[in-house]
Amino acid sequence: MNQFAIEPMFGTGHWAIGGYNIAFTNSALWMVVAAVALWAFMFFGMKRQQVPGRWQMAVETMSNFIDNLLLSNCGKGGKAFVPYVFSLFMFILFANLLGLLPFGLIGVHPFTFTSHFTATGVLAIISFSIVLIVGFWRHGLHFFTLFIPQGTPVPMIPIIFLIELVSFMVRPFSLGLRLFVAMTAGHVLLKVLAGFVINSTNAGAIYGLTVGLPTFALMIGISALEVLVAAVQAYVFALLTSLYINDAVNLH
Amino acid sequence: MDAEAAKLIGAGLAAVGAGIASLGVGNVFASFLESALRNPSAADSQQGRLFIGFAAAELLGLLSFVVAMILIFVA
Repeated sequence: MNQFAIEPMFGTGHWAIGGYNIAFTNSALWMVVAAVALWAFMFFGMKRQQVPGRWQMAVETMSNFIDNLLLSNCGKGGKAFVPYVFSLFMFILFANLLGLLPFGLIGVHPFTFTSHFTATGVLAIISFSIVLIVGFWRHGLHFFTLFIPQGTPVPMIPIIFLIELVSFMVRPFSLGLRLFVAMTAGHVLLKVLAGFVINSTNAGAIYGLTVGLPTFALMIGISALEVLVAAVQAYVFALLTSLYINDAVNLH
Repeated sequence: MDAEAAKLIGAGLAAVGAGIASLGVGNVFASFLESALRNPSAADSQQGRLFIGFAAAELLGLLSFVVAMILIFVA
């Protein structure tokens, strides 16, 4: 579990504001790296050429993808949220993928900050507060009809209201928890398999060949799976955010 | 029973939940493929719903992983 440890970097461990430590940690460093990589990816792809090159094509594919996602889930009202969902999706995608890069070979250990609930939880809270603010802004107290589906029998209304309210309030937790656990579980799995390979090889040639080699082959497959999971989790985060925004914009 | 042993047994039992959630995730994709092959032209428009179902099924498995982690490292 050493890879999940948060440490202050560049001797900023004693920085504090009002008694709270604000050290520049490795988590913050990789957030900056993800943001800079994302900025570079967008910057070199936004040259607005008449005939797009490969790079511009990549950027356009991504933005069209999110455009379609919001159009199919929120309808016309979702247009205003494309910038938010796009930045959210790309930031999480870059963070997940950067954490999988094998830079450990040259001594730079990548840190997946999406494997911490503090980071994913804040992203989820931002999504949730956008839903709340937009919902109450657009519909006022009418927003509470979200908790009563159309055509509910009157005696059922109190119970349904409570159930829907609980399922609504749980959303930010489930949103943040899903991303955090999926990334943590993937990295722990790779770590455990790597431990198998190293320990079996140290135990002798026979163990190394019978246990270590198949496990190493499995690790290659699992690494490919982790790349898929990184993309799917970013997509699921964006998808669920757009669904919740749909609730706030269209009220069922 | 020793408290430490009970913790580890509980974490092991939580792994059963993760395994059963894998059945759920497999079920989501299996049913999607089954019906997508019957009507391939309608399959693409349902991809969003596929991932919503996947996310819901997966979350419950991930929760059991969280329970295991809490039992081992926090409790």
